[in-house]
Amino acid sequence: MGQGVFVIAEQRDGAFRKVTYEAVSEGRRLADGLNSDLTAAVLGSDVEKIAGELGKYGADTILAVDDPALSDYSTDGYTNVLSDIIKAHDPKLVILGASMQGKDLAARLAARLDTGVVMECIGIKIDNGKLVYTRPMFGGKIIADVELSGTPPIAAIRPNVMPIVEAPKSGVVDKPVVQAGEIKTSVVERIKDEGDKIELTEADVVVSGGHGTNGDFALIEELAALLNGAVGASRFAVDEGWRSHGDQVGQTGKIVSPNLYIACGISGAIQHVAGMSTSKNIVAVNKDSEAPIFSKSDYGIVGDLFEVVPAIIEEIKKINNI
Amino acid sequence: MEVAVLVKQVPDTESLLQLAGDGVSIKTDAIKWVMNPYDEFAVEEALRIREAHGGTVTILSVGSKKTVKTVQTALAMGADRAVLIDDPLAEGGDALATAKILSAALKDIPYDLIIAGQRAVDDDNYQVGSAVAELLGIPQISQVIEENILDGKIKCKKVLEGLTEVVEAALPLLFTTQRGLNEPRYVKLPEIMKAKKKPLDVKTLADIGVEPGTVGAASNRVKITAMKLPPERDAVKMIDGDSVQAKAASLVKILHEEAKIL
Ligand SMILES: Cc1cc2nc3c(=O)[nH]c(=O)nc-3n(C[C@H](O)[C@H](O)[C@H](O)COP(=O)(O)OP(=O)(O)OC[C@H]3O[C@@H](n4cnc5c(N)ncnc54)[C@H](O)[C@@H]3O)c2cc1C
Ligand SMILES: Nc1ncnc2c1ncn2[C@@H]1O[C@H](COP(=O)(O)O)[C@@H](O)[C@H]1O
Repeated sequence: MGQGVFVIAEQRDGAFRKVTYEAVSEGRRLADGLNSDLTAAVLGSDVEKIAGELGKYGADTILAVDDPALSDYSTDGYTNVLSDIIKAHDPKLVILGASMQGKDLAARLAARLDTGVVMECIGIKIDNGKLVYTRPMFGGKIIADVELSGTPPIAAIRPNVMPIVEAPKSGVVDKPVVQAGEIKTSVVERIKDEGDKIELTEADVVVSGGHGTNGDFALIEELAALLNGAVGASRFAVDEGWRSHGDQVGQTGKIVSPNLYIACGISGAIQHVAGMSTSKNIVAVNKDSEAPIFSKSDYGIVGDLFEVVPAIIEEIKKINNI
Repeated sequence: MEVAVLVKQVPDTESLLQLAGDGVSIKTDAIKWVMNPYDEFAVEEALRIREAHGGTVTILSVGSKKTVKTVQTALAMGADRAVLIDDPLAEGGDALATAKILSAALKDIPYDLIIAGQRAVDDDNYQVGSAVAELLGIPQISQVIEENILDGKIKCKKVLEGLTEVVEAALPLLFTTQRGLNEPRYVKLPEIMKAKKKPLDVKTLADIGVEPGTVGAASNRVKITAMKLPPERDAVKMIDGDSVQAKAASLVKILHEEAKIL
């Protein structure tokens, strides 16, 4: 087995994604547990200037891989470079965020290295020197412990589950020379979502609306904005065209685990619950006291969301002196 | 345009799951088996591509006897032919093992394009498509919501968090599906009857030249050591009050003071 823990950092437009800090923090915790060190790698163009920041969360060494050919993420380029670096480095374990990009990369990299990978990992423990990974399966209806073989094992961690912990280390920045190799795809356009929305999978608070909103998401938006959160939706709301596909929470939508999830006018179908059951606190507002969502929630209010949500907004404003 | 579609049979998402006695798998007797929802998008898109560009759509699946039904559903939707790899020696293999089988089978299937689901909703591995592309040495585009093929090139819209990217590549290529790509067609009864006459080749590992020990449970890089049901939440606390305002006030107070989240 190799040595050290290796984190693949994800950045976009010169800023690290939140899950990167989670991955580095988890990497530090495991490196300490395994008595080894932590290396992080960040790829892109002009990433040297942000690389050092990862030292704050516990990276001993940061590999800043600057190459114009890597400025846009490509599965080919990133897999080529990282498989070379990882082979040379021979770590005990590779951690990255299970973002869209992270999952795309982890899957291809694992196939290239002929190694085991665990996606959407929600826990890693060291059990008698062995690494055991916890992950949901069947849309969260089952939680499994898995062991990985192959060198090195790769864990893609679910965003928003593992804590960000500051643990300053030297954070020495190295600039390895790499070959991006053949890249068969090219990004021809990038279209940013409108507004300054908080990404659903990274948000601390998610307020979701369903069929019960009848297509009027104004109150849902207002409550989400007040709590600095993101808006989610049931598939019903998405199928009706009330919200875009990117807002759908559930088994065939996004998986979210915010600190607070507020479901408004959502019945709590098993496929919806699959996408939010790992939220730390769940509140349901539904006019039907028998709605299944209540049995999946921590707190419930029976009532019409068009009356209850404005009242909640008013009360939050009161405690915040707004 | 030759399109191959990777289709997996999975438990219906409505299924209530129970753990099997071995503690590392689920009971399968009471489960209703269906096509992975993301693979329905894949089949539908393949059919639309054939409508626009001609060619054939081949369904490819690794499964067992019961998988025939799902493969026939894909044929009933309109696919031309299907190949099912059914071999006890393939059983219990992980995602990479499955990808090895699929890529071996694809050596005998002509393709310009391969379409897979972004994930199968049972294992939620998000892996097989990428691994197949890697093993075949072709590029991949994940989470596609729109595609456009012109002059041997494909342009795909893929979604990322807060962002949509348009990615272009020359064929052959593999892409995986995301919701929003299309609305899969419903299958009508007469089509299911007709589908039974379409070519369905059932093959073994030997037929596609895969050495038994290289796939199947013994080859696994990922070993499930325990399965459990997710921890139960504490019973829901229903918030009472004389008025809507009182209920809201009491909820906000609890979230603020007890749960310390506001
Ligand atoms: C393969 C498959 C995949 C799926 N994937 C997903 C998925 O990823 N995500 C998802 O969400 N669904 C998914 N579904 C759909 C899921 O089964 C449900 O149909 C869907 O979640 C229902 O949405 P809803 O709760 O908004 O609507 P409904 O089930 O119609 O519930 C509406 C609720 O709102 C309440 N209500 C109505 N008016 C008010 C009001 N004024 N105030 C308060 N409450 C009110 C009602 O009492 C009811 O409980 C999937 C289904 C399948 C078959
Ligand atoms: N046994 C299988 N047979 C055919 N295709 C499969 C199989 N398993 C997975 N796939 C394909 O790979 C996709 C992703 O699956 P997974 O990586 O298991 O989440 C699925 O949506 C299918 O398109």
